Amino acid sequence: MRESTIMKIHYGTALAAVALVAVHILMRLTQGFADSLEYESVLANYKFIPYAIMLELILILLAVHGFNGLRVILIELKQGRIYEKAVSYGCLAAMIGLIAYGSRTIIMTNMGLV
Amino acid sequence: MAQVSSISNEQSSTAKSIILKISRYNPEHDESSQFMEFNVKYEKWTTVLEAILDVKKHFDHSVAVRYSCRQATCGSCGMIINGKPRLACFTKISELDSNVVTVEPMNNFPVIRDLAVKFEKLFDSHQKIKPYLIRDDTELVSDEKEFLQTPEEVEQYIQFANCIKCGLCNSACPTMATDSSFVGPQALAQAYRYVADSRDKGKDSRLKIIDDSHGIWRCHFAGSCSQVCPKGVDPAMGIQLLRGYMLGFRS
Repeated sequence: MRESTIMKIHYGTALAAVALVAVHILMRLTQGFADSLEYESVLANYKFIPYAIMLELILILLAVHGFNGLRVILIELKQGRIYEKAVSYGCLAAMIGLIAYGSRTIIMTNMGLV
Repeated sequence: MAQVSSISNEQSSTAKSIILKISRYNPEHDESSQFMEFNVKYEKWTTVLEAILDVKKHFDHSVAVRYSCRQATCGSCGMIINGKPRLACFTKISELDSNVVTVEPMNNFPVIRDLAVKFEKLFDSHQKIKPYLIRDDTELVSDEKEFLQTPEEVEQYIQFANCIKCGLCNSACPTMATDSSFVGPQALAQAYRYVADSRDKGKDSRLKIIDDSHGIWRCHFAGSCSQVCPKGVDPAMGIQLLRGYMLGFRS
């Protein structure tokens, strides 16, 4: 993928994440922070499909933006063909891993496994 | 190695003096650089380059320094003067407002010896972005004249044409300090200079060259390059304008 395409995704995910996290914080404010962190309350949020989709989107946006940011920092610190490939694929793998782990929690809740 | 030497010369009685600290380093013999100190007399108009040449003439001719035109045109005498990248021929000692003037080789360049650095990477990066007009019809037919431009079209790029390739912008760039593969502000500003030229048709090929993992996107817009340019070029602005082309805001 061309670097310009990657950076367009990087900027796009940042803007989208800011918008969705703002919605997320507003939703938490309506409930009160202490109450919203109650175990039953968190499970209820995960079971409310539109909200769960939004949380999933935030997870994807932040993972893509964050791990690309980490890739950029690492390739600026040190150079070399093998090192840069390792960093790129390592960040991609970590990004997929984090999204999979976060999605697993939401899916397990909705399947009644939690 | 450090020592204080006074230069006796025939300058007028109005001359003041400063301590000139010159970084001495030969990569073939020395493990690290050391400063040598010289007591140098100066007048209101004395430049740092003249002070260094005074040291070479009267005390230590082995000080390595690159220079040529002495009028900020050739871009040869770039160095770190009192912590800031400047042209030695364009920096008056009296304007530095300090009794101690420290000169070191430019950052982000390999040192040949003392104040002289290698420019190969700068010139390679410059060459890489195709610093010339690209057109299919480079040969003019008999009934045509030169490629005419309106003043507005010239205004788009003219300040970037003032670049003298002194390397001060690359020396000041914080990204270049860690990313040795970064193309650098000099080359990026020159890429913009040709992309913005209405006579040029090589925009796509140039944008492709700088659209690399160590290309334009690694600029963090610190703006140091624009701060130090002795010719008033604003590479940071050129880079942002170039990004406009990459993101589709400009065509």
